[in-house]
Amino acid sequence: MVHSKTNRVVARLAEKAQAKVGAVLPYFTAGYPDNATAAEFIRRADALGAPVIEIGVPYSDSIADGPVIQDSFNYVLARSYRLDDAFDLVRQVRESVTCGLVAMVSFSIVHRYGLDRFMRVACAAGLDGVILPDVPAEEAAATLHAATSANLCHIGLIAPTTCETRTKAIARTSTGFIYQIAVSGTTGERAMVADALSSEVAAVRRVSNLPVCVGFGVSRPEHVRSVCKVADGAIVGSGIVRRIGDGIEAGADHAQIADSVSAFIGTLTEAAATVES
Amino acid sequence: MTVVDVMPHLDERWEPTPEGRFGAFGGRYVPETLMAAVLQLDEAYRAVRNDRGFWEELHRMLTDYAGRPSPLYFAERLTEQLGGARIYLKREDLNHTGAHKINNTLGQVLLAKRLGKSRIIAETGAGQHGVATATACACCGLECVVYMGAEDVRRQALNVFRMELLGAKVVSVDTGQKTLKDAINAAMRDWIGTSDHTHYCIGSVMGPHPYPQMVRDFQSIVGREARAQVLEATGSLPDQVVACVGGGSNAAGIFAPFLDDKDVTLIGVEAAGSGMEPGQHAATLSVGAPGILHGMETYVLQDEDGQTMPVHSVSAGLDYPGVGPEHAF
Repeated sequence: MVHSKTNRVVARLAEKAQAKVGAVLPYFTAGYPDNATAAEFIRRADALGAPVIEIGVPYSDSIADGPVIQDSFNYVLARSYRLDDAFDLVRQVRESVTCGLVAMVSFSIVHRYGLDRFMRVACAAGLDGVILPDVPAEEAAATLHAATSANLCHIGLIAPTTCETRTKAIARTSTGFIYQIAVSGTTGERAMVADALSSEVAAVRRVSNLPVCVGFGVSRPEHVRSVCKVADGAIVGSGIVRRIGDGIEAGADHAQIADSVSAFIGTLTEAAATVES
Repeated sequence: MTVVDVMPHLDERWEPTPEGRFGAFGGRYVPETLMAAVLQLDEAYRAVRNDRGFWEELHRMLTDYAGRPSPLYFAERLTEQLGGARIYLKREDLNHTGAHKINNTLGQVLLAKRLGKSRIIAETGAGQHGVATATACACCGLECVVYMGAEDVRRQALNVFRMELLGAKVVSVDTGQKTLKDAINAAMRDWIGTSDHTHYCIGSVMGPHPYPQMVRDFQSIVGREARAQVLEATGSLPDQVVACVGGGSNAAGIFAPFLDDKDVTLIGVEAAGSGMEPGQHAATLSVGAPGILHGMETYVLQDEDGQTMPVHSVSAGLDYPGVGPEHAF
């Protein structure tokens, strides 16, 4: 794909590859617990060297998400959070971070807002890419075109259940990086990362030159280490979002939550740095 | 006795595209992890669609086990009291388990057995689809788990008891509005992790392709019988066919064989709940807008951000914020 200027997702992941270090891609739910605190999480994760940060847009009926992410969505939506607030969060942090910012957003929301309009506004707000977890390759031609026209990466997901033909089709409709799902299931913390991961990532590499980042179930430093041995980056969502939720539940003030979340991301980043890729 | 063909047959123009589109509606919007299972089901269903042996086996079960055909009853006193049309009732309530739902669950469970799946999951609103799934699983010896919103578990306690009596496990879903939509979310999340050995038996003409087409076909036995019965009883086709629409499976089933009858008006009735203000009804086709929900593009009750809106109906099971894509088309 030709971008009018180099997309930050592409550039930052290329820098990580050149430096031969594993990368951690943290995920935060937009507006959780509020925009100011979410912005603080993003700035500090950027300072810790995250090449790309995923911003989850809350959706009432997210099928792909496990209980931790769902609870965060419900918390945010119960406080009348709007899609425009999520774009505002991006605007607030854009000038102060160098990482790529990618929205993980259900197609229900994008479709309602208007596909082209969504991509235009997302780009203008400062996003660099979109992940649409409920758009399979068969439906991806229109979303790829709209994202690319707005200079946004269109990041496709590949699952453990994906066959070779589909892997090729998804690779063809992906830009920026490919999101390899580590486990068959919803998002959420798991005890182990699957043994089959290395052969799954190898199968993607056979058909695509894009970086491969692995998420779903990746929640501990040892997971990050095993992921970074075979892939370009480890995506950590529920492990982070649960710490935020625990902090809210314990009545911690938001600065304390930001400290604990950053400390956790720090341990993940260190784990990734010990892996030579 | 009324004789109907055991197989559904529709004119090409009523069939969805290979991608599952009825016009602009339908399609498949599910996480990639589910696509393998959805495509496997599509392939299996395309194979049995023209396999008379499959439909004969299903028809034997519908006849011997579920008690089909259901009668078409001339409601004489209702006709007199209302003083207009002659009213006939297609008595799907007289099937085994008391609803049309058994037509679909027997079909899907037979198909799941062909696919080698050992476990069946389902969502249920009022509990009728859950009971029908539990019954089909008990009949065929498959494990059954039914997801049901906590609010529905409370107001439909008798059906929970029946499902458990039939050997099913009922999981009470405590998220969202704790009704049908949330039970579907929970069932889909289960399926994402278990699709290698589990079939998701969707109860209506909704979800990703091939469900809207497949469930309509299984339910079209209602219309095939009704059309033959009304011809036999009156010598002519009806002026109107009226059916209630939640997700729309009984409507799709009775409408399908009348689609080519130009003089027959097909009327779907949605739940107006306690008023047409947002949150007070489930009138998706009347006031909804095109959107994406539960794997399909269809009319949806959403706010302007694409978040699903609360719905209401006194009838557990009609309170669904979407509708089958063929009805949307």
